[in-house]
Amino acid sequence: MFNILLCGVGGQGTVLASKMLANCAIARGETAHTAETIGMAQRGGSVVSHVRIGADAFSPLIPQGCADTVIAFEPAEGVRVFPYLKSGGRMIVNTLPVKPTTDTLAKASYDAKEMFAFLDAQGTDYCAVDGAAIIAELGSAKSLNVALLGAASALGAVPCSLDELESVIRTAMKPQFCEQNLRALALGAEQIAKKC
Amino acid sequence: MLDLKKLLMGNEAMALGALRAGVRVAAGYPGTPSTEVLETIAKEKSRGHTAAYVEWSVNEKSALEVAAGASYAGARTLVTMKQVGLNVASDPLMSLAYVGVKGGMVVLVADDPGPISSQTEQDTRTFAAFSKLPVFDPASPEEAYLMMADAYALSEKYQTPVLFRPTTRVCHATASIELLDPLPVGEPEGFVKDARWVIFPKLSYQSHLRIEERNKNLSKELSDYRFNTLCGSGKKGIAVSGVSGQYMREALQMLDIQQEYKLLNVAIPHPFPEQKALAFLDRLDEVLVYEELDPVIEQELQRLCGVHRLPVTILGKNNGFTPTAGENSTENALSVLRRFFDLPAAEPEAPALPPLPVRPPTLCAGCPHRASFYAVKRAMKGRKAVFAGDIGCYTLGNAMPLDMTDTCLCMGAGITVAQGIKHVEPDTVCFSFTGDSTFFHTGLAGVANAVYNGARIVSVILDNSTTAMTGQQPNPSTGFAATGEPATKISIEKVVEALGVQHIAVVDPFDFEKSEQAVKAAADYDGVSCIIFRAPCIAVSKPKPKLRVNTEKCTGCKRCVREMGCPAIVKGENGKVAIDASLCYGCGLCLDLCRFGAFERGEG
Repeated sequence: MFNILLCGVGGQGTVLASKMLANCAIARGETAHTAETIGMAQRGGSVVSHVRIGADAFSPLIPQGCADTVIAFEPAEGVRVFPYLKSGGRMIVNTLPVKPTTDTLAKASYDAKEMFAFLDAQGTDYCAVDGAAIIAELGSAKSLNVALLGAASALGAVPCSLDELESVIRTAMKPQFCEQNLRALALGAEQIAKKC
Repeated sequence: MLDLKKLLMGNEAMALGALRAGVRVAAGYPGTPSTEVLETIAKEKSRGHTAAYVEWSVNEKSALEVAAGASYAGARTLVTMKQVGLNVASDPLMSLAYVGVKGGMVVLVADDPGPISSQTEQDTRTFAAFSKLPVFDPASPEEAYLMMADAYALSEKYQTPVLFRPTTRVCHATASIELLDPLPVGEPEGFVKDARWVIFPKLSYQSHLRIEERNKNLSKELSDYRFNTLCGSGKKGIAVSGVSGQYMREALQMLDIQQEYKLLNVAIPHPFPEQKALAFLDRLDEVLVYEELDPVIEQELQRLCGVHRLPVTILGKNNGFTPTAGENSTENALSVLRRFFDLPAAEPEAPALPPLPVRPPTLCAGCPHRASFYAVKRAMKGRKAVFAGDIGCYTLGNAMPLDMTDTCLCMGAGITVAQGIKHVEPDTVCFSFTGDSTFFHTGLAGVANAVYNGARIVSVILDNSTTAMTGQQPNPSTGFAATGEPATKISIEKVVEALGVQHIAVVDPFDFEKSEQAVKAAADYDGVSCIIFRAPCIAVSKPKPKLRVNTEKCTGCKRCVREMGCPAIVKGENGKVAIDASLCYGCGLCLDLCRFGAFERGEG
């Protein structure tokens, strides 16, 4: 059994990314399940996608303390799902925060640094991905989800190779979106290569 | 090529399961978490994969009646709705239970423990007992796919509608599913005239006798049903149903339990599989029942213990052993199991998290509802007014800073609740807000009631040309059918006019001045008045050039932030505001609102 939790903010593409991971596993003949927990908001709300690979996963949702890998599309959302990470599990975190819509009304603003300070204090094995640089390079935030999958794959934090993900992109996506997403996949992987 | 399984959402799996079982007519009304079932059938239809007729009905009652007629004519039918939709459809369903059907009929009602996106935590299994109908309770998308064929077989064998009750975690979970070949299903015989289709007291008495007898027999027959399962041995027993069984299996796998136990899964809670349950209870000391919403299995087991004088302790909701409300989970199942098996409690959990940003649901940037609410808010400044809301995206009008929803009860209730308040407070301006789909669902009767009884309310209809909250389904005002084919478009203004409303205004809510004037005129009108705010949902319209902030002109007064609550207006430098270009849809509401002209429209 391998459990991957993807979290972010509505509109960031966590659901599509979770389906790509599940489809990679299915293409290999494995059993896969996914489930989403989303609020009423179409955009701007917290979104969590659960991916469970293996025939012995019964619950559609990953139990707390059982995620092998957490892919956080947003720092605060990563901290929000921290209780799901198993001890010794790994996190991939996009460093670019998404400010909540309440931020303009609230007096206090949210600081991403505090989120990373928390992860450091917990001794979390996390890998920070510079989402802003990837978005700048791609000219759009639309494929950030695929870039984060690229990083997770290059890190060996998900049981899906870059080749498998590439093949899923080619089969599942319309040709006009393929190139951008393959570029995003490579950019995510490059960030890991640079760190090592 | 390797024949691979397909990743399907539970709702897709149930739709394909119904098509596999030869469904000819499918009807429903959108409602989370059920919506994608009918959407999948509509998609299959537009791809030419099925000849089935599919419609979004105006409400659940209509959907069920359309399907009933088709089933009378011998066709297999599917009706879909969320749990509260069954309340709307309960009138025809209660009678149909007595009349029966010819073609197999599955009434799919999605329950929503939590609730995650519903008004109530009602349990369709309880409704099954009330209506005396069989109910299927799938535990997973895989099981739901296979069960659908069983449901049609049972329905046709006993000529009765059957309920099919997935919960949110079955509807919206996805699983790798192997699609099976279609089942051989004959052509519908057509409608054969017969006294049985006309409900009469005498007929109902005979039907009632027959139903009670049938359910007694079904209880025996269903004890052998393939998904009503029993395994294990020992003095302790665990009884589960639906997705709670999955949480329980996961938790049992995680714990090191040395004692033996029996596990009973009840996939058809009504009629209750008594023989299977008695085999389960045999020689047990203690039973843990783990289910969501009502204690259905628990009470059935208690009843059996009473009737058969079995000295078994039943632990569940009734004695507070398991949660009485909300969703179950593996985490909760673990804690319940530890108590049941006297295992030590888990070690202290994860550390306290730092303060996290709150992300409440809000109306999208560019949403026409914001403009409509804001127009009413401005026009009513300083006047005594009540705002009766309804079900849809516009329920979010209750959020700060708009704060424009004072009541919300159920579909269509805004129009009538406003009337009740008006009768008690004649000097208050009573508004109702109703979406276009909700208006056709149950709003018409409310408008007729206001006109007939002279309740001087202002009925505001928010026509955004779609059923937005559930993901943009068409409705009678859109001119499109479920499959995307053109349909007859019904004019809301002509309907309210025909219902006798004498003061009607149709306004674009983004026309700042006109909107405010229209609200004032409607509020001052001596009679029932209606304002139709018409502007499409951003999900079904193209964006306009985005706005930007001229920092020379912005004084940092934050009036836009305080009054409008647009998520695209964010904090900028030096205490001024800025536009988040990734969110701005170019609606331009801020252009009119800002007194300093600080917002400017960008280039094409």
